[in-house]
Amino acid sequence: MTETIELHVLGAPPPDDILLDVRNLRTIFHVMDGDVPAVDGVSFQLRPGRSIGIVGESGSGKSVTALTIMRLLDIPPAEVGADSEIWFDGKELLRMPMDSMRKLRGNDIAMIFQEPLTSLNPVFTIGDQIAEQVEIHLKVKRKEAWDRAIESLKLVGIPSPERRVKQYPHEMSGGMRQRVMIAMALSCEPKLLIADEPTTALDVTIQAQILELLKTIQDRTDSALMLITHDLGVVAEMVEDVVVMYAGQVVETGTVEQVLLEPRAPYTMGLIESIPTVDKRGGRLSVIKGTVPSPFNLPPACRFEPRCPYAWDLCRNVPPELYPTDQASQFARCHLHTPAGETRRSAALDVHEKAMTVGRDVRGPA
Amino acid sequence: MSDPFLAPNTEPAPEEIELRAAEAGQDYEVQLESLNQWQLAWRKFRKHRLAIVGLAILIVLIAAAIFGPILSPFVFNEIPRPDKAVYAGRPPSLNHPFGETGGLQRDVLQLVVNGARTSLIIGFSSMAIGVLIGTVVGALAGYLGGFIDNILMRIVDVMLSLPLLFVILVASQFFGNGNVLLIIIIFGVFSWMGIARLVRSLFLSIREREFVEAAKAVGVRDRRIIFRHILPNAISPIVVSASLIVAGNIIGEAFVSFLGFGVNPIYPTWGNVLSNALTFIPVGNWWWPLFPGLAIIMTVLAVNFIGDGLRDALDPRSRA
Repeated sequence: MTETIELHVLGAPPPDDILLDVRNLRTIFHVMDGDVPAVDGVSFQLRPGRSIGIVGESGSGKSVTALTIMRLLDIPPAEVGADSEIWFDGKELLRMPMDSMRKLRGNDIAMIFQEPLTSLNPVFTIGDQIAEQVEIHLKVKRKEAWDRAIESLKLVGIPSPERRVKQYPHEMSGGMRQRVMIAMALSCEPKLLIADEPTTALDVTIQAQILELLKTIQDRTDSALMLITHDLGVVAEMVEDVVVMYAGQVVETGTVEQVLLEPRAPYTMGLIESIPTVDKRGGRLSVIKGTVPSPFNLPPACRFEPRCPYAWDLCRNVPPELYPTDQASQFARCHLHTPAGETRRSAALDVHEKAMTVGRDVRGPA
Repeated sequence: MSDPFLAPNTEPAPEEIELRAAEAGQDYEVQLESLNQWQLAWRKFRKHRLAIVGLAILIVLIAAAIFGPILSPFVFNEIPRPDKAVYAGRPPSLNHPFGETGGLQRDVLQLVVNGARTSLIIGFSSMAIGVLIGTVVGALAGYLGGFIDNILMRIVDVMLSLPLLFVILVASQFFGNGNVLLIIIIFGVFSWMGIARLVRSLFLSIREREFVEAAKAVGVRDRRIIFRHILPNAISPIVVSASLIVAGNIIGEAFVSFLGFGVNPIYPTWGNVLSNALTFIPVGNWWWPLFPGLAIIMTVLAVNFIGDGLRDALDPRSRA
C-alpha cells in the first residue's frame, strides 16, 4: 500500500456541518485486461448524525467507494484519481499519512463488513478483539478495555456479555457475530459508521433485528451512517438520503422519499418498477432489459443508454451530468432533465407512473 | 373490507425491540465449557496413541538429559582407571548396564546420558533458530508480497540449491571447531528454508481473509496484523514441521559428528560417541555403538510420532 497519491491543489474544506464530503472520487483498478474504472466521478455529502444509503447492483462501485474512503485498497493495483478528494471532519483523507489514517480507522470511522462469519479472527475470543481496538485507539489499560468490550456487547443486546466476551467466534451464530461486529464498530464511538451490506449474509428474521439494532444505536450514539446495500427495502427503512449508483457513477441522489417514490433517473425508475408489490397484481412485472455494461467497454456517453427505454440521439453522444430535477435537492444523471429533454420527460414520468400500477385495469373493478 | 393477511402495522417501541432481540439471543444459550484452540488440540492429541508413546519417550529422554549429567557428569580429562587392561571394553553388566567403552573404558550409559543433553539441545535450539528465521522471512514475503517477496524467495531458492551436506561439513570444519553453540547456529541457519516457504504460502492465503481486512479497518498496524492476527492462524502447520526439523537436525548432527566434523569429543553427543565406537566394532564391541544409536532412533521416532499426532490434533478438518 503506497502512502499517498500525488499532490494536487486541494479545494476548500467543506463547512463544519458537513461530516463527509466526497468530491469527484475516481478509483481505477489496473488489471491484466486493462483498466477498470470501478468508481468514476462520485460525489456526495453527509452531515453529522445523518444517514445515507448507497444503492446499486453488484459491480456498481458501492463497496469500492467505501473501501476508498477507508483507504483499504491496495495501491497498486488500485489507483485513486489525482483530483479526487475525500473530506472527513475537516481533514482530507486521501492525502493523509497512513499513520494518521490508521488512527482514524476504527476510532472516528468504523466499518461493518458483509460477512460476519469470516470478519472475526477465529483464534481470539471476541473480548480480545474488541478490547484490542479500544486499547489501540483510546490508549486505556487492558482491564478498562475489557470492561468496555463487555459494555458494548451489552449495548448490542447480547445476553450475559460477561460470559460471551470469553468465547470464540465459532461458538456464536451468524446474527450474534454480526452483533459482535457492530459492538466492535461502536466501541470507540465513531463519528461515521460505514456498513457494507451488513445483513446480506444473514437470514431474514436476523436481518430485521440487526437493522433495527443499527438504527437504535445510530440514534443513541448520534453517529452518521453510510449504509451500502442493494436492497431497496432496507434503504426505505434505514436512511434519510440515497445515492443510486450505476456502472461506477452516481445516477441519482435525493432524500429517501424522493428517490423511492418519485425517481427521476430512468435507471432508478426501472429499479423501482421491477419491485413486486401488491398493487401490481395480475400484470407482468417490468424488468430493466439488457445487462450492466462491461467495465472494459462502457457506452461512450450515457452508461445506461443501451438499456434505457427513453434514450435518444443526445444520450448516445453527450455524457449526461447530474442535473437538478423538478424537485429540490434531488439530482439525476439524465438528459431528460435538461431543456432538450423537457417534452420527453413528462412522457417518461407518465410511463413510470403507469408501470407502478400495472395490472389494475387487467383485473377490472373488484 | 378487512384482509386477515394485512395485520395492522404497528411499530413496536424501541425498548420492546431490544427486549425481543435479547430474548431471541437467549435461544443460543448453551451451557458448554468453551475450549480454546490448545485445549481442543490436546483432546485430539490424547487419542493418538503413538504420539502419546512418543511424548513419553521424549519426556524420559529430556529428563535424562537434564538430570543425568547432574548425577554423573562427564569429565573429559578425568581418565578412568583401567583396573585391567581390557582393550575391547566390557559388555553390559550390573555396574555398567550399557557396558564400557574400549580404550579408555568409559561408561557407555554415562556417555549416552551426557550425549542426550548435547544432542537434544542441538536438535531443539537449531530448530528454534530455523523456525524463527523461516517464520519471519516467510511472513514478510507472504504479507508484503511484490518485490520483497521476490527477493526473499530467491534467497530461499539459492539456499535450497546448495548441496547442504557439504556446506554444513565445510562450515563445521571452518567455523565449528567442535563448539556446540556454533554447530547449533550452523544447523539453524540451514534449516529455515522449508519453514519460510510454508509460512509464506500460509500468509498468502490468510492475508486475504476478511478478518485481516477487518483488523485493518479498525486501525491495526501491519506489524501487529502479521504477528498477532495472521501468525496464530498459521501456527499449527508451523508446529508440525518444526517437530520434523528437530528430528532432522538430530540426525544431521549425528551424521556430521560421525564424520568427525561435528562437536568436539570433550562434549559427548550421540553422533561423536558413535563415531568413536567405529574402530572398536571389529573387536566385538557391539554395545558401544548400539546404545547411542538406539537413542538416536528412539528420539527421532518419538519426535516424528509427536509431529504426526500434532498434525492430526491441530488440523481443524480432521475430527478424531
